[in-house]
Amino acid sequence: MTQSVDVSQRPARSTWRLGPTELVFVALFAILAISAVLVGMRGSNLFSTGNLVDMLTRSSLLGFIAIGQTFAILCRSLDLSVGYVVALTSLIAATTMAGQADRIVLGVVAVLVISALIGLANGLIITVLKVNPFITTLGMGLIIKGYLDTQYQGPAGDVPREFQQFGYTRLGFLPLSTAVMLVIAVAGILFLRKSRTGYHMFAVGGNAEVARMSGIRTGRVMITAHVLCSLCAGMAGLLIAARFGTGSSLVYNSLYELDSIAAVVLGGTLLLGGRGGIAGTIGGVLILAVLDTVFNIMQVDPFFKDVLRGVIIIAAVAIYARRQLDRRARRDRFNGDGGGGGGAGRDDGGGGGSDPPVPPATPVPAGSGTARTAQGGDT
Amino acid sequence: MTNVTLTRRGDQARTAAGRLFGGGSGTVFALLLLICVVISFVNVTFFEPPSLMAFAKTVAPLVLLAIGQYFVIVSGELDLSVGSLVGAQVVIAARLIDGEESRTIPVLLLMIAFGALVGLINGLITTLLKVQSLITTLGMMLVLFGAVRLWTGGAPTGALSEAFRQPGRGGIDLPVVRQLPWALVILVVFVVAAIALMRSSYGKTLIATGDNERAAAYSGARVWQVRTTAFVLSSVMATFAAVLIGGFAGVTAQVGQGLEFSAITAVVLGGVVLGGGRGTVIGAMGGALTLQALFTLFNQLALPSTIRPAAQGVIIIAAVAYAARERSRPVASTEPALSRDSESRSTT
Repeated sequence: MTQSVDVSQRPARSTWRLGPTELVFVALFAILAISAVLVGMRGSNLFSTGNLVDMLTRSSLLGFIAIGQTFAILCRSLDLSVGYVVALTSLIAATTMAGQADRIVLGVVAVLVISALIGLANGLIITVLKVNPFITTLGMGLIIKGYLDTQYQGPAGDVPREFQQFGYTRLGFLPLSTAVMLVIAVAGILFLRKSRTGYHMFAVGGNAEVARMSGIRTGRVMITAHVLCSLCAGMAGLLIAARFGTGSSLVYNSLYELDSIAAVVLGGTLLLGGRGGIAGTIGGVLILAVLDTVFNIMQVDPFFKDVLRGVIIIAAVAIYARRQLDRRARRDRFNGDGGGGGGAGRDDGGGGGSDPPVPPATPVPAGSGTARTAQGGDT
Repeated sequence: MTNVTLTRRGDQARTAAGRLFGGGSGTVFALLLLICVVISFVNVTFFEPPSLMAFAKTVAPLVLLAIGQYFVIVSGELDLSVGSLVGAQVVIAARLIDGEESRTIPVLLLMIAFGALVGLINGLITTLLKVQSLITTLGMMLVLFGAVRLWTGGAPTGALSEAFRQPGRGGIDLPVVRQLPWALVILVVFVVAAIALMRSSYGKTLIATGDNERAAAYSGARVWQVRTTAFVLSSVMATFAAVLIGGFAGVTAQVGQGLEFSAITAVVLGGVVLGGGRGTVIGAMGGALTLQALFTLFNQLALPSTIRPAAQGVIIIAAVAYAARERSRPVASTEPALSRDSESRSTT
C-alpha cells in the first residue's frame, strides 16, 4: 500500500527532484538536440518528414511490446515470451485472414484470444505453481518456438490489402500504427493511475507480501498484468502481419523480448517492480528509435549499434540505481524504516521472497552495515 | 573472523553435501536414470563404450557452462552473456590463430584473460554499480555480439589450428573405448575442481551470499568480491566451453547462440533455485547430463530437432514447479530434525 501512496505523492516529490519519467524525456530531448546537430553537420535534416516517419514507425512495434512489458515488470515479474508471441500471432493473423477482407475481424479476435490465453497461462503458472516468472516465460517462449519451428518452416498466410493499411497508412507524418500505439499508451497510463487494479500493480510490485496482507488478491493482479502483456504482444503481431503482408515465424530472431525489457528499464521502471510507468517506457522506446534512425542516417555500422545499445542500457540502469540508493538512504534517515527500505531493494529474483526478513525488533541504523556505509557515503 | 562466524553454516553445508551422496539429490539423477532406461529400450548400442564416449564429447561443453552458471545463480545472480561469449571466443580464436599452429598457446592464454576480463566487468557492474545482473549481462551480450561482428566485418574469418581443435574432437586411443576423448578428461578435471571449490570456504560463502546477502555481509563476507569472483568463474568456464565447442563443431556465425538459456535450463533442472542459496553443483551437472541425454533420446526416436525447444520449455517449467511444490509443502514444524531434513532434500 505504501507504494500506491508513493505514486499519488509523486508530483510533490518532483518539485525538489527530477522524477525518472521527466529524466527520460530530458534525455530524449538532449539526444534529439545532439542528433539534430550531428545530422545537420552532414547536411541533412533530422526533422524532415521522411526521418520523422522513420523514427515513429520504428517506435510503434517496440512500443506495443514495451507497454505490455511495463505491466509485467511493474508487478516485479517479466515476460521473456513476448518475442515468440509476436511471431505466433503474426502467423495466426495471416493464416486466419487468408487474404479475405471479411475475415479481418475473425483474425484480430483470434489473435487477441490466443495471446490472452498465453498470458493467462503465464500468470497461472507463476501464481498457482509458484514458478519463477523468468523461468515461466522463458519456458513458454521455448514451447512456442518449438511449435513454430515444427509447424511453420517459412512465411505463411496472406493478409488482405485492407488490413495492410494498418501498417502503411499515415496521418501527416504520424503513422497510423504509432497513433494506435499512443492511444493504447494513454489508456495504459489511465489504467495504472486511475483504476484499482492499476494501483494494486504498484503495490504488488513494491512488496507482494505486504500487498497480500493489505487485502489485495495478488494472484489476480499478477495474472491481469501478464494477460495485458501478452495482449500487447498480440497487437504487435497484428502490426507485423500488416507490414509484411504475411505471417513470419522468424520474427522471434529479432529478440523483441530483450529490446522491450531494455526500453522499459531505460524508461525508468525498476526491474524490481513497484516504480515506473508507461510514459517513461514510451520515452525509452523513442530514445531507442531515435538512435536507430540517426545511426541509419549517419551510416554507422549496424553492429556498432548493438555495442552502443548494450552500453546505453547498462549505463542508464547504473544511473537509476545510483539515484535509487540516494533516495533510499535519505528515507532511512528521516523515516527510520531501515529494514523496509533494505528489504525492498533485495534482488532475490523470485516473487516469493521465501526467506524471513531481518527481525523488526532490531532495526538496523543507517550506515552501520558494510553495505550501507558505502551507500551512505554517496550523499 | 570469516572462519569463526561461518563455521556453523559450513557445518550445515557439509552435512547437506554428505546427504547429497547418500541419495539426497534424487530427483534429477532419477530422471537421468529413467531417460537412460528409455534410451536402452530404443537403442541398446548407445551404452557401448564408443558411443558413450561420443556422448561425453557432446555433453562436455554444456556441463562446463552449467558449472559456471551454477556459481552465478547460487550467489543470487544470473549470467545471460555466456552464449555470446562462447561465440565471441571462437571467432577471436579463429581470427587470431588463422591456421598457424605456433599461435595456439598464446591465443589460448589470451582467450582465458579475455574471458576473465568479461566476467570481471560483469561482476563489478553488478556489485559496485548495483545494476541488476539480468541487465548487466544482457548488455554484455549485446556488446559482445556487436563488437565481435564489428571486428570481423560480419562473418567469422580465419581458421583454427589443428592443436586448438584437439581438445574438442581428439582423444587418446585406448583398446576398449576406442578413443578416450580429451573433452572427457577436461570435464573430469573441472568437475572435481568445481566440487572441491564448493566444499572450500569460498563455496560456502558463495551459497551464504545467495541465501541471504545481508546475513552474509554481517558475518564478514565481502559480498561484492564473492559475487564478482562467481562472474569471473562463469566467464572462464564459458571460455573453456568455447574451446571445446570450437574444436568439436568449428567456426560458424551462429556458434553459441541460445547456450545461455540451455545452461540456465540445465542448472534449474538440477534443482538449483533461481535467486540463490539453494542447490548443489552436482545437481547442476546432473541437469546438464539429463538435458543432453533427453536430446539424445529425441534423436534416437527420430523426432524432428525443431521440437527440442518445446521440450526444453516444458521441462524447465515442470522442474521448477516440482521444486516449488516441495518447498511450499507444509512440513512438521514441531519436529526440527524432520523439517531440516526435508528442506535439505528439496535443495538437492
